[in-house]
Amino acid sequence: MADKINEMTAVSLGKEIAAGRVSVKEALDSCFEMIEKREDEINAYITLDKDNAYKRAEDIQKKISSGELSSPVAGVPVAIKDNMCTKGLKTTCASRILGNFVPTYTSTAVENLEKAGAVILGKTNMDEFAMGSTTETSAFGVTKNPRDTSRVPGGSSGGSAAAVAADECIFALGSDTGGSIRQPAGYCGVVGMKPTYGTVSRYGLIAYGSSLDQIGPITKNVEDTAAVLEVISSYDKKDSTSLNRKDTAFTSALKEDVKGLKIGIPSDYFGEGLDPEVAAAVRKAADDLKAAGAEVSEFDLSLVEYAIPAYYTIADAEASSNLERFDGIKYGYRAEEYKDLHDLYKTTRSEGFGEEVKRRIMLGSFVLSSGYYDAYYLKALKVKALIKKAFDEAFSKYDLILGPVAPTTAPELGKSLSDPLKMYLGDIYTISVNLSGLPGICLPCGRDSKGLPIGLQLIGDCFKEDILIRTAYTYERMTR
Amino acid sequence: MSKEYETVIGLEVHVELATKTKIFCGCSTAFGGAPNTHTCPVCTGMPGSLPVLNKQVVEYAMAVGLATNCEITRHCKFDRKNYFYPDNPQNYQISQLYLPICRNGHVDIELGRVSVNQKNAGKEAGEIRHKQVRIHEIHMEEDAGKLIHDEWADESLVDYNRSGVPLIEIVSEPDMRSAEEVIAYLETLRQTIQYLGASDCKLQEGSMRADVNLSVREVGSTEFGTRTEMKNLNSFTSITHAIENERERQIDIIESGGKVVQETRRFDDAKGESYAMRSKEDAQDYRYFPDPDLIPVDISDEWIERVKAAQPEFRPAKIERYKEEYGIPDYDIELITQSKRMADIFEESVRLGADAKKVSNWLMVETMRLLKEKNMDADKLVFSPAHLAKLVELVDKKVINNNTAKEVFAQMFEDDTDPVKYVEEHGLKQENDSGAIKEICSAVIEANPKSVEDYKGGKEKAIGFLVGQVMKQAKGKADPGTVNEILKELLS
Repeated sequence: MADKINEMTAVSLGKEIAAGRVSVKEALDSCFEMIEKREDEINAYITLDKDNAYKRAEDIQKKISSGELSSPVAGVPVAIKDNMCTKGLKTTCASRILGNFVPTYTSTAVENLEKAGAVILGKTNMDEFAMGSTTETSAFGVTKNPRDTSRVPGGSSGGSAAAVAADECIFALGSDTGGSIRQPAGYCGVVGMKPTYGTVSRYGLIAYGSSLDQIGPITKNVEDTAAVLEVISSYDKKDSTSLNRKDTAFTSALKEDVKGLKIGIPSDYFGEGLDPEVAAAVRKAADDLKAAGAEVSEFDLSLVEYAIPAYYTIADAEASSNLERFDGIKYGYRAEEYKDLHDLYKTTRSEGFGEEVKRRIMLGSFVLSSGYYDAYYLKALKVKALIKKAFDEAFSKYDLILGPVAPTTAPELGKSLSDPLKMYLGDIYTISVNLSGLPGICLPCGRDSKGLPIGLQLIGDCFKEDILIRTAYTYERMTR
Repeated sequence: MSKEYETVIGLEVHVELATKTKIFCGCSTAFGGAPNTHTCPVCTGMPGSLPVLNKQVVEYAMAVGLATNCEITRHCKFDRKNYFYPDNPQNYQISQLYLPICRNGHVDIELGRVSVNQKNAGKEAGEIRHKQVRIHEIHMEEDAGKLIHDEWADESLVDYNRSGVPLIEIVSEPDMRSAEEVIAYLETLRQTIQYLGASDCKLQEGSMRADVNLSVREVGSTEFGTRTEMKNLNSFTSITHAIENERERQIDIIESGGKVVQETRRFDDAKGESYAMRSKEDAQDYRYFPDPDLIPVDISDEWIERVKAAQPEFRPAKIERYKEEYGIPDYDIELITQSKRMADIFEESVRLGADAKKVSNWLMVETMRLLKEKNMDADKLVFSPAHLAKLVELVDKKVINNNTAKEVFAQMFEDDTDPVKYVEEHGLKQENDSGAIKEICSAVIEANPKSVEDYKGGKEKAIGFLVGQVMKQAKGKADPGTVNEILKELLS
């Protein structure tokens, strides 16, 4: 048992609570104490829900004591990314346009957590509408990386990753459209996983790129990732893209065994732009797994350079349509002065959205506009299909693909937004996973010379979370 | 006018489907209801909500497609049509552009047939002509909410009860040449869809809406003229007026050397004229793309066969069969088959043994009268064929007379009361004891010497008064025919 409750993992805290050695209230106290201490500097949260959390803690405590609740996360404090609807609790997407928005319903993933007895501490900061890689596009200030507060935590789920890394919560939920769980997990030195598309319901997740968005856990270790993913996965009739999977007992994959596992390393992931220290750490991780019995070889994944344009075309096209509902009519921000209906829309949206969101809405609108649809959007869909085919071929030879999660470790604050194209290029290792609907996990594989965490990414074929969890778990135990 | 012009018309018909719940959520489609009470996060466009397709919508769309000879698209998809308007909560409408569910169909329309109403107005039947109108496509989509403008408070309110009500849009080819053809086409569509139970197709209430695309060209020309699209047509009359009006307007423009502008026009029923809403230049770019929240709909052969097998006998086939089977006048057939519900009641009552003409009379006279009086549609009729057959039997066996039968029928019409029980409970059985009737007749003759005198003096009609008096004293429970006979006998 760790010294402090807030530093514990979800599974171990859950066990302590179940055994009656720690109360749910004590767990909350410990997390809120750390929040008190570090939040001014870190700014991981947009909204804290302290009063409700304590009320809920009482109720949960009773249910645990009476044996009514026995899930591994019962009584465990959690932080939720602020793009998942929570009934009665402000949900902003880190945008001015939803600055006062209080949902009338709770997203399915959060509902699953609540049913299992997790207690929500608050809603975490993020890039506005999940558009960004640094959590600097938030309308509510930047989040700082707890490992080095002069640096970004990554994004878009930067608040969730920072809250976990700073022990301001026990675990968190993030969402991943192009790497938004995995990259911040890498930058903050924690574990994050994006499951196969359709595994976790998107109902109540405020959409960015609907065909790419997935909710997933951000945790302190691999065991927690498996346990949390098991809780939040569900077939949901309210989400047409939800899958009816029978194989979501992810904790059963927590085995230390990689013998005979075929691991492929895409040589195209180790080209220009990759920080040599990151490259060395990732290759070392591959060597460690080889030493543990895995068969490791390099191959050409191909098409890697086409993933970024295809991704930004598809994601922005969907976003341009998904974000149309934010118009100042029904909820959220409305401009104070306007001349007529058209002006109401224009002024509200001009004032309500930040620069990056507006940039992506414009790009997305352009690629869907008549005369350009075929040349951009349709072409991007074709590229997407080819990328999926390349992965299919790779998975006919390998059980999993290993590589870096990002070309560098966490950049300094304020250095990324001025060059969006460069920022987009930073997504090169993560986005093709979303384009192909695959599961991917990121876990720490050492630090660079500045002491910053380096993220190792494992990519699996659809439905092969178990292989990723088993490999990540084995690696984690080896290097602990 | 020196040149002769031909009118070219194509129709876009929106039909609200009769599903119980909306197309993408479980909210009720019931008409009315306090504003925003039939709503949920999905149909009000709340952040994070997602659409889930109502399968019944697909079945209805397929049924209409099959009934109009369309090809069914085996792999069809939904697309988003993006435009900003407050009645559209997501600011995109989920519709179908690239792969609509039905394509390349046609309907056969009949021209020259004189409807019952026209016939009542003294119009003669002419020669019946047939024509085929091709259907380009049928697609599924969601309806928008309703804006209510409060001029007094200078504000607009929005009601999302209608948001997400399922629609199909039936797009014809430009195959029609006159208002008569348009009306015949719409009538055929309406009857077909009503027979399927897929919609009640009411123009006034908006469950059927027709936009008219119209252009004119010189007779003999093979190229189309520039077309306009006319909206806000709420009745067959306004459609007819709008077509005639727009034809004249376009010809005037051409004759005076001008050019017709491609635009959308709104018809003002009260003024009988239209005005431009928007021209092609400010047409919006809807940025259609496949909705990533919905999975494609794959339609199997089995599914199509199931829908096909459930198709009813449509009106044209029914009319032909009735002519052969029932021996009732064409006029009756025309009227009874206007509603499938009515036709069903007719067929079943006859099958249960009632005389076809007698059943037909109940439907054509009393039923039609009560429907009109209560402003009801025939498809909402509640009385069962079994009860109607029993009622006919009660009259046949002289258990009740015709007047009593009307009283019983009025109750059946309300709540499908069993006529046999009703007659018993209310003591309505006819007095068939001729001795008792004879006594009443004698008493009436004695009490009305003036009428007796008139009758004997050759005023045949005077006996009617006496019959009435006897019926009154018998509290309606005597058979008027029998009374008539007895009176004549007594007075001879």
